[in-house]
Amino acid sequence: MTPLLTTKGLSRHFGGLRAVDGVDFTLMPGEIRAVIGPNGAGKTTFVSLVSGRIQPSSGAIVFDGADITGLPAYIRVRQGIAYTFQITSVFANLSTYDNVALPVQRTLSDGRSKGAVKAGVMTALERTGLADRAHMPAGQLSYGHQRLLEVAMGLALKPRLLILDEPTQGLADSEIDNFITLVREIAKNATVLLIEHNMPVVMQLADRITVFNAGKILAEGTPEAIRENAAVQEAYLGTAP
Amino acid sequence: MSEASPAKAYALHLGVIALLFVLSFVLPDYYHGLLARIMVLAVFAMGYNMLFGYVGLLSLGHAMFFGAGLYGAGLAVIQLGWSVPLAFLGGIACGAVLALVIGLLALRTTGVAFMIVTMMFAQVFYLLILYFATWTGGDQGQVVPQPARVLNFGTTSLDLTNPTVRYMSALALFSLVLLVTLAIVRSRYGRVLVAIRENEERTKMLGYDTFSNKLIAVVVSGTICAASGAAYALLFGYVGSSFASVQYSILPLLWVLLGGAATTLGPLIGTVFMYYVIDVTSGYTSAYLLIVGVALILLVLFFPKGILGTARQRWLGWLP
Repeated sequence: MTPLLTTKGLSRHFGGLRAVDGVDFTLMPGEIRAVIGPNGAGKTTFVSLVSGRIQPSSGAIVFDGADITGLPAYIRVRQGIAYTFQITSVFANLSTYDNVALPVQRTLSDGRSKGAVKAGVMTALERTGLADRAHMPAGQLSYGHQRLLEVAMGLALKPRLLILDEPTQGLADSEIDNFITLVREIAKNATVLLIEHNMPVVMQLADRITVFNAGKILAEGTPEAIRENAAVQEAYLGTAP
Repeated sequence: MSEASPAKAYALHLGVIALLFVLSFVLPDYYHGLLARIMVLAVFAMGYNMLFGYVGLLSLGHAMFFGAGLYGAGLAVIQLGWSVPLAFLGGIACGAVLALVIGLLALRTTGVAFMIVTMMFAQVFYLLILYFATWTGGDQGQVVPQPARVLNFGTTSLDLTNPTVRYMSALALFSLVLLVTLAIVRSRYGRVLVAIRENEERTKMLGYDTFSNKLIAVVVSGTICAASGAAYALLFGYVGSSFASVQYSILPLLWVLLGGAATTLGPLIGTVFMYYVIDVTSGYTSAYLLIVGVALILLVLFFPKGILGTARQRWLGWLP
């Protein structure tokens, strides 16, 4: 099976800081992959490179067999890479409906019918449990609901690779359970790349885990293997004195 | 944009058009002529609003698009002897091409740089008019001769210098542009424009080519402004460089801000209001600009989003 996403020697430097430093990464189709690591490890920079929000200093990104390193972000989105933001950035002054209509109307290939947009929007809203809030301005939703709206917008893009950047940050425990169910459902049709700090969520969801530290991949493996990995424990907890 | 109450919105717009039609028969001569002028300039404001209100791009150079239409149509009649409909279309085409070129260059910038770049291009346009005074008439301007301002349809002919014909022509253009802008802002494309205004980065990450979308908006905006300029030349018969000066880049911004940015009827309300205040106050005192200034300050204090913008926020959420 060909990998959905590979990066080769991917690097991004900010001045002297090597935020992402020579990363070789492979993601198979259908996987739920978690990316973890201490603050400042380069996780968000890494997925920003993949989604095209920032350009790499060197290295290559291959998506579904084609080199996408030089493509602008909006074309990568059209090829199926969706990115949901770490800092919630829904369109606060637009209604929840309009927020989701934006990605829906772009992915519609059959074109003109108003009913198709409406059906697509309501499906995405129902999957995320926001259907009854469709006409509220997105800025008036609770924080947890805004996070879900981000996911609904990502879903509406019908992505092949959905990148979720700290999706459970700020969610209540009850909301997290629903969220885990939601991600499992999404993963039936898409590959999920998940940056997450909440370890119980990571352990429940991920097929494999990649650990970043100081811009490099420190370890990669199944949740059990990562849990037992001495180098990972050291990176998170510090060395024993 | 929203799915709610399209019927209400269309009814309101058709009502406004009907009201303007009826006003033609009841207004005294002076106001009749003034309102015809206001409707043409409101088209200018609507074109400006397309870009400023909906896409959030503040241009300080829209006088060049108005001027392109004005000179494109006016000089076609004066220098080339074109007929009125042809000259009108020629003026619009001038504005559309100019907007495409300016858009390609100016959209490489955003924010303050965009304001400065558009202003500089408009200044170049203005100076070119003065430089080529042999053809343009320079700062004196030129009068479009009355015999040339006649529309011929076979045996019947319409004299654009006739007040009623002039008023109805202005109303026709105004109505067309009003309904077109209403359709645009309620369309999917309108939704994308607002998304760009609200958060361009996020819009890109939904797969939209924001540059192309903004470029189309600049061309649509420039074309509408050129239509206003072309109509002005043909209906009022004067082509002058003052219409391309920086003052005419600021005025549409002012009209739109007064009436309410990103409202379809705001540009009309703002233009009417501004002319009305100037008209009333200049009857009492020669220091009328002082009173206009005070009125503007009060408006900004109590209607920060413009007349219709604030009305929509407080009472009429369904206003497009």
